[in-house]
Formats: sequence, structure tokens, C-alpha cells
Amino acid sequence: MGNVFSGIFGKLWGVNKEIRILLLGLDGAGKTTILYMLQMGEVIKTKPTIGFNVETLKYKNISINMWDLGGQTSIRPYWRCYYADTAAVIFVVDSTDKERLETARDELHTMLKEEELSDSALLVFANKQDQAGALGASEVSKALNLVALKDRSWSIVASSAIKGEGLTEGLDWLIDVIKEEQM
Amino acid sequence: MSTLSYKKFEDSDSGVLPDKMTVFQDCLQAFNASPVQAKRCRMLLARLLRLLYSGDSFPSTESTTLFFSISKLFQHKDVSLRQMVYLTIKELSKTSEDVLMVTSSIMKDAQNGDITYKPNAIRTLARVLDASTVNATERLFKNSVVDKNQSISSAALISSYHMLPVAKDVVKRWTNETQGTISASKVFLTSPVANHEQYGSQNLSSFIYQYHALGLLYHLRNHDKMALMKMIQSLSSNNVLKHPAALVQLTHYIAKVLETDSSLAGNFESYFEIALQNRSDMVALEAVKTIVTIPALSGLIVKAIYVLDTFLSAPRTVVRFAAVRLLNKISLTNPENIVVCNGSLEGLINDSNRAISTYAITTLLKTGNNDNVDRLIKTIAGFMDDISDEFKIVVIDSIRSLSLKFPEKHKSMLSFLNDRLREEGGFNLKNSIIEAIFDVIKFVPESRESCLEKLCEFIEDCEFTELAVRILHLLGNEGPKTSKPTLYIRHIYNRVVLENSIVRSSAVIALSKFALIGDASINKSISILLTRCLNDVDDEVRDRAALALKLLSTEKFDEARAFIDPGFSYSLPILEQKLAQYVNGDEESFNVPFDGSNIPKISEDEARAYEYKEKLNSIEESIQKESKQPKEEVSEFAKHNLLQQQYAQELSSIPELAAYGDLLRSSHVVDLTEKETEFVVTCVKHIFAGHIVLQFNVENTLTDLQLDNVTMVSEPDFEEFVEDFVAPIESLKPQTTGSTYVSFTRSETLEGCLFTNNLTYIAKEVDPATGEAAEGDEGFEDEYRVESVDIVPGDFIVPSFAGNFTSVWDSLPNPCSSVFNLSDAKGIADVVAKLIKDSSMSPCDSSELVGSHASHTLKLFGKSINNENIAAVIRFVYKESVGVMVKVEAKSVNAELGTFFANEIIV
Repeated sequence: MGNVFSGIFGKLWGVNKEIRILLLGLDGAGKTTILYMLQMGEVIKTKPTIGFNVETLKYKNISINMWDLGGQTSIRPYWRCYYADTAAVIFVVDSTDKERLETARDELHTMLKEEELSDSALLVFANKQDQAGALGASEVSKALNLVALKDRSWSIVASSAIKGEGLTEGLDWLIDVIKEEQM
Repeated sequence: MSTLSYKKFEDSDSGVLPDKMTVFQDCLQAFNASPVQAKRCRMLLARLLRLLYSGDSFPSTESTTLFFSISKLFQHKDVSLRQMVYLTIKELSKTSEDVLMVTSSIMKDAQNGDITYKPNAIRTLARVLDASTVNATERLFKNSVVDKNQSISSAALISSYHMLPVAKDVVKRWTNETQGTISASKVFLTSPVANHEQYGSQNLSSFIYQYHALGLLYHLRNHDKMALMKMIQSLSSNNVLKHPAALVQLTHYIAKVLETDSSLAGNFESYFEIALQNRSDMVALEAVKTIVTIPALSGLIVKAIYVLDTFLSAPRTVVRFAAVRLLNKISLTNPENIVVCNGSLEGLINDSNRAISTYAITTLLKTGNNDNVDRLIKTIAGFMDDISDEFKIVVIDSIRSLSLKFPEKHKSMLSFLNDRLREEGGFNLKNSIIEAIFDVIKFVPESRESCLEKLCEFIEDCEFTELAVRILHLLGNEGPKTSKPTLYIRHIYNRVVLENSIVRSSAVIALSKFALIGDASINKSISILLTRCLNDVDDEVRDRAALALKLLSTEKFDEARAFIDPGFSYSLPILEQKLAQYVNGDEESFNVPFDGSNIPKISEDEARAYEYKEKLNSIEESIQKESKQPKEEVSEFAKHNLLQQQYAQELSSIPELAAYGDLLRSSHVVDLTEKETEFVVTCVKHIFAGHIVLQFNVENTLTDLQLDNVTMVSEPDFEEFVEDFVAPIESLKPQTTGSTYVSFTRSETLEGCLFTNNLTYIAKEVDPATGEAAEGDEGFEDEYRVESVDIVPGDFIVPSFAGNFTSVWDSLPNPCSSVFNLSDAKGIADVVAKLIKDSSMSPCDSSELVGSHASHTLKLFGKSINNENIAAVIRFVYKESVGVMVKVEAKSVNAELGTFFANEIIV
């Protein structure tokens, strides 16, 4: 019974609203680190994700189901199995990995063409800013050809997962967009 | 979730399975919904599992879709839902692709997850891993195996077991952890989840991980004999194992060890004594079972039987059944030992469980000896009326084997069989009775006349055509040999008058056989009777009568005899093989008619020797095959023949042997090395008229060495044997087997000889990449000493059957005897079994069954390769202080053979 009431009140006050966010990007971009940084506030030791990690985090009265899907070539084809009902995609890019920026761009644009993601907002993290030689947000944006995206709210934020920099800014922007557009 | 709400959702007792497509759609909808409704999803998973557990499955694409939607449930933290998810993924992993996608999520749960679903996670993990991902889980598994919580430990152990086929090397890395787990004591959480693992008493089941660890450890070690032995020995001596299942398993492993090396039996005797007293009946029963099957443990059999006797009155049906079944097994070899249980067994005759009562009766019958057989048969006759046909057949079968064992008691058994024959009964029952009587006639010659008389009475009023035909055939074969053949002629002719055409035509054949006696007056009356048959309405009957009359009127009487009563039969397996070859040949081969002359013929005596042996064996096998894997359905006789045939073909490929003539006999295979050595060598001795050929089979078990020009240097210790030639193996690649032959001219006399053997070869190293020896590698000469080969009397003898051993024995000349003392023999039974094998003669009068530990008489009969009869009476006396004393008496048409046999049969 208690569940029923809290459910009703939750709806009334706008709390406990659940949204799905996908955390995508090439392997080694730092998706899993970002996920647990956001959830627990600490850096954990990660192994390449075979499959996915899913965590629920509360952020500004919103309950977010954050899906961190593995970025290895073999796993990328399965991303599409998780596109349905996605409020937003967070695309993580390793800003130091200049050779594969092109691959990242292709993966990103292919993904966004999917019907199921047509309403999702896009946040790009230009990650690993703590490392020397990392490209800036604008350079990454150019390399990913983000300006070509039409009919979609998007933003790019420079971040460092292990220092926790940029993550909240990005998420703040994302939540605002979602609240505005989808609730 | 309360039971009530579950019932409301779906009545699980209704037995109607939910609709597959509805479940599929509902699942997809609910699992993809956001937010996830844990309760509803749990119920849907339950429905899905119900479908899967009942054997239904989804095609790969549907299954994969389901799998991905289920993977979305990982976002929900509900503990029960997570368990259901794991159960379902475990099932779906068989049909859906891409299950690898949940690896990371599962590993997280298996490492840090809630204690409730951690074991589920571990078990599911084992199903989704493949050889490439398994390495990443090493630490996880090591930690789980040694976990203090036994549910987790067990889950990890069982999962490791399942991963053995894909990643044995990885699993091996936690051998030490597994070893430690066996003796560790662990916490048992009485969560409702683990409840289903509790059978029987609760506190014992808390050691179930010992069973799992033991099983895994065995698999990890079974390639390493020493390590395995060490493990088994330490576990059996220090009383670490608590769980009954683990103890049963250990007993099982001990049995396996003892099967290969019975000399270790002494180390385990105290273990078995304790096991027999274990308060868990399954441990005690397993111990008894091992004691019964392993001859080296026979010292404990009396104690084992005492345990069984107490189990016979156990309240649990399954325990009574197991006990009576084991007693039945013992009764095959040591019937006198279980006489103490007869009282309890008689009490079980009316047991409400049919299987138990059947076993009780057959066991009782087996305990029969000369003194109590009559009484037993009377007891059983008393309740034959109360039991069904099916059950009667079982009883008849045991009576049949009893009559073979105690030929002198055939009278009471015959009258028992005859009484049953007169009672009402279906075809199967009658058939088994007839079979039993046939056997008695065949193997107890003195019963012939009374048996035939009974059968004649039976066919006077027999409703089964098939049985009448068989009996008429038998009458035709056996009738003429009796003192008053005319008696049967009347019975047979009655059939011609009264029965249907099938019976009539077989009666005609039977009648014609009586004419072979050669008595003029009989011949005349047979001719008259057959002439009447020429007016029969049926073609077949007329044809047969005409043929018989024609044959009987011919001048060449012997030729007629060969047609009517050939006295031998072809070896059917070889005939079949040759015919198949002929039929499959090209057109040219059909220009020549099929040649039947080189198919071995089996005289009646030989056929009977094998048949008798098989009959006795089949009784044992029928009991044994329940426990062992089904044996090949090829009879021993046929196998022997095929083997002989195979040897003959192999040998005929060697040109030098063409002149030697027919292969007279091949010995069984003799091991010249241990089975684990680098080169495994076995030997088969082939005897030809003037030569002996030793075939050495060499197996190269090494992976990096090739052997060239492999020959055996065999040196006889007896000058009469002269080496003719040696056929080497040109090249023996790693892990292959080849045969090399050494031929000798053998002395005319039948005498023994010892060949000392040295394997010589040129060894070359092999490049493992190509599997070829390196170019230009000269190799090095080497030699390898193997055990010597002995020519024994048995190499010159083939088994044969003597229906009446005493009369055959009395008729043979040239007696010869010798005495041996085998101080290191363990018991008479061992020596008897070895002698039967070595002598290659067939035991007569059931003398292969050793009844007493103190003394025994073995009667053997066979024929030499020159077709001369040889018989032997071997007496054994056993005393613990001196071992087995043996007195061999042999008689043979060939004096030389008899002497050779008496002197050399025991070496």
C-alpha cells in the first residue's frame, strides 16, 4: 500500500520520475569511470566492460537509470538493443586519442540516425582533459562534426572523469533540457 | 510475494501451460517498460521459466530478443527479481546468442552482490562465459570457492565443473582452493533459497560443498594417478568428509582405483569397515556394493552381508530394494554366504513392492545347493498361483539357471516346469518354460527321455503354433538318439493328422530324421507315413514329404544324412561378412558362384560350449548391466570369431605367411608393458601348422618422437624354434600404433618356450609444428626391454563342450598329473579364473563357480588345434599359511599335449 501512495505523491510532486540515459563511446573512453564517479563519487578500478553496467542515481529529484554499454568493437552492434525509451545519450570521447576521433564520429552519427533516438538529447564529454595533449572541447566538436546535427539539443563539455571535473556541469545541462523538452 | 497473490495470478496446479506467444509478448512489453514493475516482471519470468522447464524452447531470434529485454531488468535492485533474472538467463543461454552481453553485470553481482543472489550469479556466469572471457574471472572464482558461505562455495564449485569442457586449464588454477574447501567448515545460511538442497536430515546437508569439491577435484586430478591416489588416501583415512553424498562419491573413486590395482585393497579395509557402520544408509550400501564388486575386498563380505541383512527389514522401500539387489548380486558368486539371510529373504517374498519380492525369490533360488534345492522349489511352487505371468517368467528363468548349475537335481525342476506348463498361461510364459526345458535337454543329457516325454504331452494340446514347431524340431533332433524312438514317431504323426499346415510341415521334417537311425523296420514305417503326407492339401507339406522320400530312397545314404542332419552350422557372423562382400563386389565377381567352403563350420559340440558359457554369463550380466553401461550386443563367440577372422586377414597381407597354411589359433592379447609407459607393447601368438608367429602391437604414446624400423628381437630359450623372418614397422609416428611380426618354425612336438623380447628402433625427434621428423636427422638407435612371452598349453587348445564330463574323462587315455603350490595366491577364485583364461578350455559341470574358500575342483574340456580331445581335473586346496595348493590331472588323446598341459599350465 505504501508503494501505491508514494507512487501517487511521487507523480504529483514530480519526484521519483525515472529516465533512461545511455552512456556510449569507443572502448577506453572512460564511460564506466564516469558512471561510478557520478554514482559513488569515487574513482574505481575498471576492466573493459563485456556487456553493460547499469546504475540508478538520484539527481535533482530525478531518478536516472544510467546504462553504460561496453565500447569494444564486438559490443557496439548491441547498443541498438538498448535505444528504446532513451531520454538522452551521453557520448564519451577520449580527447587524447586523435587517431580514432574519426571512428567516434562515424559511430555517433550512425547511432543518431536511429528512429528510436530521434527525441533524445545529446551530451558529449570531451574526456581525459587531465592528460597532456588532450584536445579542447571545440576541437573535439569540430572533429565530430557536431554542427551538422539538426533538430536535436546537444552540448559538448570538457571533462576529466578521474578528477570529477565537468561531469556535473554536463549533467546539469542535460537534466534541464530533458525537463524542458520531455516532461 | 505471498503464495496467495501468486495463485490468483496463475494457478500453478492447473497443469495447463501458459500460451507461448502471449508470454513472449507480455514479457517484452513488461521488461522494456520504464519504470520496471518488479512484481509483475517476476511473475512473468515465472511463467516463462515454467514454459522452459517443461521442455518448450524459443527459436534463436525470439530467444535473443527475450534475452535483451531481460537484460534491461538489471536496472532494478529487487533481490527476488534478480534471482529470477538469473534463472531465466541460465535457461536462455542454451538457445539465445549474444549472452556474453551480461558478463560485466553478472561479474559485478558475483563479486559484490547481495548474498541472496550471489550464488545464482555465479551459476549463471558459468553459462555465459566462453574460453576468451573465462580468464578474467579467475580471481572471482578463487574467492568464491573459499567463501565462508557454503551456498556461494557450492555454486562456484559446481560452476567450475560446468566450465571444465571449455576451460580446463583455467579451472585448474584453483585446484588448491578446492582442496582447501573440502576440509574447511562453512556457514550454512538457512535462507529459503537454499532449502531445496536439504534432503533428509538438516545438519548433514550443510556439508554438501564437500561433495561438490570432491567431484571437481577428481576431475582436475584424474590424469595424474599419483596425486589422485594421495587425495583418495588422505580423505579416506582422516575422516574429514561428513556429507553422505561425498562419502558415497569417495567410495566410488576408491572402487575405481581398486579396479585397476587390486593390490591397494589393504589400505582401504579400515575405511570400508567404518563406512559399513555409517549412520547414513546410502554410505553403507555403497560400501557394500564396492565390497561385492571388488574381489580384493572379499575379506569383508561377511560383515557386508550382515549389514544387508539388517537393511532387509528397513522401513524405507528403497533401502530394502538396494539391499536385496546387492544380495542377489552376491548370490551369483557366493551363494553360500547369504544363506544367513534366507530367513529375512523369505519374509520379503510377499513384499508389497514387486521388484523386491522378485529379487527375493530369485536370490533365494540362487542360494539353493544340493541339499536345499528341492525344498526351495517346493516353497516357491506354493505361491506360484498367486503371481502374475510376468513374475512367473522371472522365476522360471532362475529355475532354468539353477538346473544348469545342479544337473543332478533336474528331476524336481522338471516336474516343477511341467506343472507350470500345464497351468493356464500366455505365450511368453509358455515360451520361457519351453526354453528352460530345451536347455535342460541340451546340457543335462540324461534327462533327455523324460523331457521329451513331457514335451510330447504338451504338444498334444498346444495352442501356440510357434512352440509346436520348435518342439517338433527338437523331437526330430533328439528323438532318434533315445532308446525307444518309435514312441515319438506316433506323437509326431498325430500332429500331421491334427494340426495346421505349418505344424504339419515341420512334423514331416522331424519324421524324416527318424529314418536316419538306419533301422529297417522304422524306415519302412516312416516311408509309409511320408507317403501318406504326399496327399496333403498344403503344397509345403507335400514338397517336404516328397523331398524326404527321395532322399531316403537314394543309394548314397551318407549324402542324404548330410542334407537332413548336417551336424554342424556355419559361423554366422563370418558367413554374413563374406556374403556382404560378395554382394557388394563388382559384376565380375558374380561370374564365380559364392564359395562357402572357407567359412568356418562349427560342430555341435563347439557351439554348445559357447552357448553354455553364454547362458551362465547372461544370467550374471542381466544383473550387472543395470549398473554398467550397456554392453555391446555381440556375443562372445561372435566376437572371438570376428577377431580370429581379423587376424587372419591382417596376417594374409604378409606375403611370407602365405605358405604357412591356415591360421589354427590366435591367443588372447598379452600385455608386455604397463599401460602407462611411453611405448605400450602387447603380443598375440598365432599358431600355424608348422610355425608360430608373434605379433607385437606397439603404441607410441610420446608426442615428440618418431620410431623408425621398429623390430622385436625375440630369443627363444628352446633351440627347436628357428626364426624365419621379421616384419618390421617402417615408421611409427607419435601417438600411433603399429604391428611388427616375428615368425618361427615351431617344433613338431607341442612344447612350451620362453621368448625374451627387446624392442629395437631408430628414434627421431619430431617437430611438433609439422609432425614430421626433421630432414636429415639420422636419429639414434635405441632399444626398449619388454617382458617375455611364454608359449603355454592354452595356445594350442580351443574350448569345447562335454555334456557328460565324467564319461568323457573316463574315456580319455594318457593320464598325467602334477602338483603346484601357489603361495602368493589370494584365493581359489582368482586362480580358477586365471586358469580358465590361460588354458582356453571350457569349464564343465559349473565348476567355474567356486563355492567354498577351502577347496574346489575345476573340470576343463577342450580340443587341441589338431582336433584331439583334452580334459583336465584340477583340484584346489586353500590354507592361509601356505596359499593355494593345486593338483592338475590331464588326459588327452595326444599324450604329449597332456604332459605339456599338466606340467606347464601353471607357470
